[in-house]
Amino acid sequence: MYKKAINGFTTAMKGMSLTFRHLFASNAKRKVISVSDDNYFKQLEGTNTIQYPHQKLPVPEVGRYQLDVEMDDCIVCDLCAKICPVDCITIDSIKATEAIGQTSDGTTKRIYAAKFDIDMAKCMYCGLCTIVCPTECIVMTNQYDKSVFELKNLNYEFVDMAPEVAAEKRQLLENQLAERQAAKLAAMNKKEGDA
Amino acid sequence: MNFYTTYFLIAIGLFAFVALFTLFGVYAERKLSAFIQDRLGPTEVGKFGMLQTLADIMKLIQKELIIPAAADKVLFLMAPVIIFVAVYLGFAALPWAPGLVPANVNIGLYYILAIISIETLGILMAGWGSNNKYSILGAMRSAAQIISYEIPAGFALISVVMIAQTLNLQDISMQQGILSAEKTKFLGFWDVSANGGILAWNIFRAPHLIIAFVIYFIASLAESNRAPFDIPEAESELVAGFHTEFTGLQFALVFLAEYAMMYLVSMVGVILFLGAWNTPLPNIGAVHLANWTTGVAWGIFWIATKTMALIAVQMWIRWTLPRLRVDQLMNLCWKVLTPLAFLCMLISGVWRLWLM
Repeated sequence: MYKKAINGFTTAMKGMSLTFRHLFASNAKRKVISVSDDNYFKQLEGTNTIQYPHQKLPVPEVGRYQLDVEMDDCIVCDLCAKICPVDCITIDSIKATEAIGQTSDGTTKRIYAAKFDIDMAKCMYCGLCTIVCPTECIVMTNQYDKSVFELKNLNYEFVDMAPEVAAEKRQLLENQLAERQAAKLAAMNKKEGDA
Repeated sequence: MNFYTTYFLIAIGLFAFVALFTLFGVYAERKLSAFIQDRLGPTEVGKFGMLQTLADIMKLIQKELIIPAAADKVLFLMAPVIIFVAVYLGFAALPWAPGLVPANVNIGLYYILAIISIETLGILMAGWGSNNKYSILGAMRSAAQIISYEIPAGFALISVVMIAQTLNLQDISMQQGILSAEKTKFLGFWDVSANGGILAWNIFRAPHLIIAFVIYFIASLAESNRAPFDIPEAESELVAGFHTEFTGLQFALVFLAEYAMMYLVSMVGVILFLGAWNTPLPNIGAVHLANWTTGVAWGIFWIATKTMALIAVQMWIRWTLPRLRVDQLMNLCWKVLTPLAFLCMLISGVWRLWLM
């Protein structure tokens, strides 16, 4: 009984002195250094928590935090959308009637992207899309602060093609296909006529 | 007519004090807990986050009052008011300085003990009226806890009353300093009527009152439902206990009552054990420190400082010690504190008869 009471008091005093020490000890500002720094784990004593929006810890440049697409380099091959395990990439492609330019690595672009959406809410950060990309235009960046107020804002749209423009491009493609079909038909007829 | 104007002014002044103290108390508690846990606490609103609680109360005032469909409307709406008013009325009898007391009642201590036990009724009403299992569990726990702990607290206070021979809080305050009309003896043998200061405080006039003070302090933590005795609102088990369903201003009132209760019990502890509004500095020879630091303004300063210090200890305990289980709580109350309080009362009687 007495032992218990004394034990209770000593343990309570121990706890109280611990919190009392911390009350005054931890007033130093945390230095912003990377985890890879040798001093990183040594500065846990006597500092307070990181004041996040004001202090940001450096992160590795190759971090898998969110996807980004450089549309100028994209040849709209649809490989990323096909390999995605959770189907978070949606691509709507329109074939161009002619070569529409070159990517920075020299590949000729022949397809328009009417739509290139990545739903970051679905993404599981496996990075497979960045591996299959032939032009390395889809990459994972080190931007991690991506909270949004509405869920639909997590659906990143990388192409902003107006529906009229898309319709026009489709019409052009159809016209070209029709022309080719007609040419083919004419050629076939001619062949048959010759025979 | 003038008579009533004074009454209203005093009531409004006390309410303003309670409200301001709550604003300050919440801020202080958040900062204290933050520093203890190696955080910084509120930093964004105003310099050092000092306007944080003001922003909080603005938000609470604007919020909708939601009454659950199944709640007992009358009980539910009245509960926070009763909880707060019960505590608020207790402030009426507390002396602030020599000659400065809202109501100089000759049964002041008895009145305070009686009026703050009405808070239990309000908590029960809140729990029952919410028609929610967590609320009713919290309210039942609270009633069991507060009523149990009133016994050791009451007996610890009675041991002071036996020494002081009065229930008038102003008289009890008067006895513990240089303004005392009767002889004051340090530890029962050294006449310190002329010295005053810390030597004349009740805990030093009769040293067993230190134990009584500790008993009272522990019991007062339980009575104001604060950790480690916060099982009525144990957030990890009962969501928020009896105030789970309250929103907006009603919640603000419950919060106001909690902080007002902290101040009230600390102030009662200071008045009865720690020399009330008397200065801690004694007269030493020609250096009349006690005479220089006694007066109305000094009185308010000393009692506020002592009370704040006691509240800081309450907060410090809250952020250090884990919550007690219900059976441990009752064990401590009935098997440890109550017998000790009885012992203190006995010693008080003997002390009064033989040593004073």
